[in-house]
Amino acid sequence: MNDERRTIRVTINGQVFERAVAPNLLLSDFIRHEAELTGTHVGCEHGVCGACTILYESQPARSCLMLAVQADGARLETIESLAKGDALHPLQTAFWEKHGLQCGYCTPGILMTMKAFLAETPNPSEAEIRVALSGNLCRCTGYQQIVEAVRHAAALLSAARVAP
Amino acid sequence: MKPPSFAYRDPATLEDALALLAANADARPLAGGQSLMPMLNFRLVHPPMIVDLNRISALAGIVIGADGVNIGAMTRQRDAERHAGLARDWALLMEALRHVGHIQTRSRGTVGGSLAHNDPAAELPAVMLALDAVMIVRSAVGTRKIAATDFFVSLLTTALKAGELLVSIHLPHPPRHAGFGFAEIARRHGDFALAAAAVVVSRGGNHARVVATGMGEGPRRILEAEAALVEGKFSDAAITAAAAAVSTAVEPVDDLHAPAWYRKKIAGVMAARACRDAITRMAGQTNE
Repeated sequence: MNDERRTIRVTINGQVFERAVAPNLLLSDFIRHEAELTGTHVGCEHGVCGACTILYESQPARSCLMLAVQADGARLETIESLAKGDALHPLQTAFWEKHGLQCGYCTPGILMTMKAFLAETPNPSEAEIRVALSGNLCRCTGYQQIVEAVRHAAALLSAARVAP
Repeated sequence: MKPPSFAYRDPATLEDALALLAANADARPLAGGQSLMPMLNFRLVHPPMIVDLNRISALAGIVIGADGVNIGAMTRQRDAERHAGLARDWALLMEALRHVGHIQTRSRGTVGGSLAHNDPAAELPAVMLALDAVMIVRSAVGTRKIAATDFFVSLLTTALKAGELLVSIHLPHPPRHAGFGFAEIARRHGDFALAAAAVVVSRGGNHARVVATGMGEGPRRILEAEAALVEGKFSDAAITAAAAAVSTAVEPVDDLHAPAWYRKKIAGVMAARACRDAITRMAGQTNE
């Protein structure tokens, strides 16, 4: 056994979390158990399902495929960063209005992936949306309404950008 | 589904990393983690020490020079995919990268990590064979340059020895007016290939590279297909002959994803598509 621990400082949604952790602690478990931000879900824990997707330095990444110690000094965003109080983020509004979820387990990972995708591709085609969603598994919806929700979110985000 | 316990080192310099690997024979280097982390989470591997390469900034970056391009082993796949400087001569790499996993895995996954792992169905090793890549390998005692054809040995096995790290990849300029093609069939977008082909051709250079992958021990150049393209002067008949040569040469086995006969057949179909794209792109370039 190895009882080495490291003190790390990780900024999640603007808040700094400083903890002493074992090197084999997954970043997904750090987010859920140390920072107590349980909106990031853990599905397969081997990088297939995408439920644990977060933004790591603004890029979507699977938090189950990183060690917490690797995130020392890094800036992360999780699903908790989207809503401002009671005001939903346009992505969340779009998924609500278009029924882009059923059980909701995969939704945080999908929304974080889509946040980065729509920032880079503000007016995506359906084919582009489906490729961008390919790293997130949903076992409820059959994806049809998720695709519609993403398209709706793109429209809402565009409208928000041109609004005064 | 949690990694076993290990000692963790994250050196800031390549020299420190090589010294750690020299002193700890069973240590595993950690690049982007998109293959090693799942293996750790499944406890398929139990390394006593992880040497994390992510803080060694000198290992990442793309430098284009007179003799080609050098791609640092720790260059993120997503950065290579979006690097405009690669578009003219190495668009094959950019095209293939879009088939490697998903956005979330490419933003962490590295070019060198995929090559050193050498999954038999991975896209990047095939691209390296098609582009005549040279692997630059360092250890505490020196540097080796290994041609791609010698680097990829077999399933999950490369020419890397204990204590050696792949530090960069050199891609020479392709012959003048070269065209490339890449075709893949997978169950879902981002999955490993059931069969894929990477092709580079140049009429003026009498040059053809035809690489098939997704089957058996991993990517291979199909020399009979390359000869068929050159000898047939890149005609439609030559493409047909090259595709047949690929189907004949590959040695897939039955597995849960597809039966061997199916893979053999689609390997030829993918080769034909990649050849056709490569020849079209070659013809589309202006002649001097």
